[in-house]
Amino acid sequence: MNNQDQTAPLLEVRNLSKHFGAVRALNDFSMVVRPGEVVALAGDNGAGKTTLIKAISGVFQPTGGEILLRGQPVSFSTPQEAREKGIETIYQDLALADNLSIGANIFLGREPMRKAFGFLPVLDRKTMAEAAKATMGRLDFHVSRLEAPVSNFSGGQRQAVAIGRAVYWDAQILIMDEPTAALGVPEQRKVISLIHQLKAQGRGVIFISHNLQDIFAVSDRIVVLRRGVQAGERRISETNHDEVVKLMVGG
Amino acid sequence: MTSTPSTGETHVAPQADHGDPARSLIGRIAEGRAWLFLAGLIICFEVWSRTAFGATFVLNPFNVQSILIFAVAPLLLATGQTFVIISGGIDLSLGFIMGLAAVIAAHATNMAGAAMPVPLAMLAGILAAVIVAGVPGVINGLLISRLRIPPFIGTLGMFGVARGAAFLLAGGTTVPVQNSWFALLGNGKFYGVPYLVIITAIFVIVMHYLLSQTRFGQHNYAIGANAQAARRAGIDIKDHILRLYVLSAMCAGLGGALYAARFTAGAAQAGEPLLLDSVAAVVIGGASLFGGSGTIFGTVAGALVIAVIQYGLVFVNVEPFWQFIAVGVVIIISVLIDQAQRRFSGARQDE
Repeated sequence: MNNQDQTAPLLEVRNLSKHFGAVRALNDFSMVVRPGEVVALAGDNGAGKTTLIKAISGVFQPTGGEILLRGQPVSFSTPQEAREKGIETIYQDLALADNLSIGANIFLGREPMRKAFGFLPVLDRKTMAEAAKATMGRLDFHVSRLEAPVSNFSGGQRQAVAIGRAVYWDAQILIMDEPTAALGVPEQRKVISLIHQLKAQGRGVIFISHNLQDIFAVSDRIVVLRRGVQAGERRISETNHDEVVKLMVGG
Repeated sequence: MTSTPSTGETHVAPQADHGDPARSLIGRIAEGRAWLFLAGLIICFEVWSRTAFGATFVLNPFNVQSILIFAVAPLLLATGQTFVIISGGIDLSLGFIMGLAAVIAAHATNMAGAAMPVPLAMLAGILAAVIVAGVPGVINGLLISRLRIPPFIGTLGMFGVARGAAFLLAGGTTVPVQNSWFALLGNGKFYGVPYLVIITAIFVIVMHYLLSQTRFGQHNYAIGANAQAARRAGIDIKDHILRLYVLSAMCAGLGGALYAARFTAGAAQAGEPLLLDSVAAVVIGGASLFGGSGTIFGTVAGALVIAVIQYGLVFVNVEPFWQFIAVGVVIIISVLIDQAQRRFSGARQDE
């Protein structure tokens, strides 16, 4: 554990602020994410979690403060730029095209092409299917029906596809906004085990959830937000539900 | 542990996969239902005409040719409409864009005929029709993508604008074409196959390629299924929608030019009855009006179904008004099959 504290942070947020007019949605907030670490963000509704991840993922420009990726200051004007730098956001509402295969979803917007008959550019479905199989295999998710549209799969499996897309494009930081909220209990467990896989691969995960049980099951640290400021930060091994709830509500 | 699962192992333990070949067979039949419809219809008309008149229906090459020619114009509109409907939109202006293009093709061919040889004048006329048809397409695309006007309303407005423009340009009448090549294109044959059918077949294959094998087509499906996901994946949706409506308008433009060739005249009302046929062909062909599904070959089958019903009922000497009823019933049945299939696969998700 102490060893992990000394590794260089993958992502560092320093004194980040985001003001909407007079509303201070996020104020002077700092946190770090190290490789192979899962950091949970907790907080009541309106505490500033969503503002924070939108600032990190390039949806909002922060009003003040800085974001460092492997020690280098970065700023993103669009989510695409953040994604190119390896910060991928996985939304709870499953950002997949249900009518396309797993491979087509992984490659959506960056489809590989090949030349048929030596001149005619066509979609390279074989490469997509193989990459899908390999990527999903890395997440311990074995599929044989690679041509089937993802609507044929369950919610947790589709969440796995969204995570697989991030893994394929080698995202180093995955921001997961309520990844278990829309899922049944067995599906939630599947996602939790996926997060363990990501951790084992040395990626950094920012995990946002209302579900303290999930947070305690998967996170290394928990950062609590309250009214836009950091209300506390605890190692999961050194805290309990009651303390976290107290931090969240300000008791 | 770095396990390398062999393919055999994944088949033994398909934990993530509820593959069921029997179900996907039913799904495949449902997807190809337009072709089954078509086969069934042809058999019905064959039996009917043999019992009632002792004559063959489908083995008569003249009938086949007539049906194909009949299907050309609605099919050209329907190929463009297929793209639009897959993206989750609809283009109601196609009928009168086709009329506008027919009038433009007639005028442009006549004008060009004064200045250049006959074959070049014909090409100039077709080109002018397709390009001018693109103009309402650009406006449709900008209205829908930039100003966020719902496609139904935006293209309904353009329906009126294109209609008025077409009648104004035609002077309220039909515009005859004086060009021998153009007339040959519309009525000539190559080894018994009408040129119109050959051109349409090539065009349909190109459009099938565009929809099924290119990024444009792939993005079109993705936008129709989940526009937000497509945007998050970095697809420029505004640009895509703009190109989409230009494409569908240009399909109608080609339809208009070929209409002018077939009748050696441009008429503003050329595509008026074809708009709903084009939507019907797409729906019978298996596309969902909610977007995200459909194929060009499905639409081809849909257009042929409509053409066979219309021509076949005339052939067996039924009052022509039955055509509307028959086409309407087929549309409703194919949507019902689509719904049933959706409920079927939906139940699988909940499992």
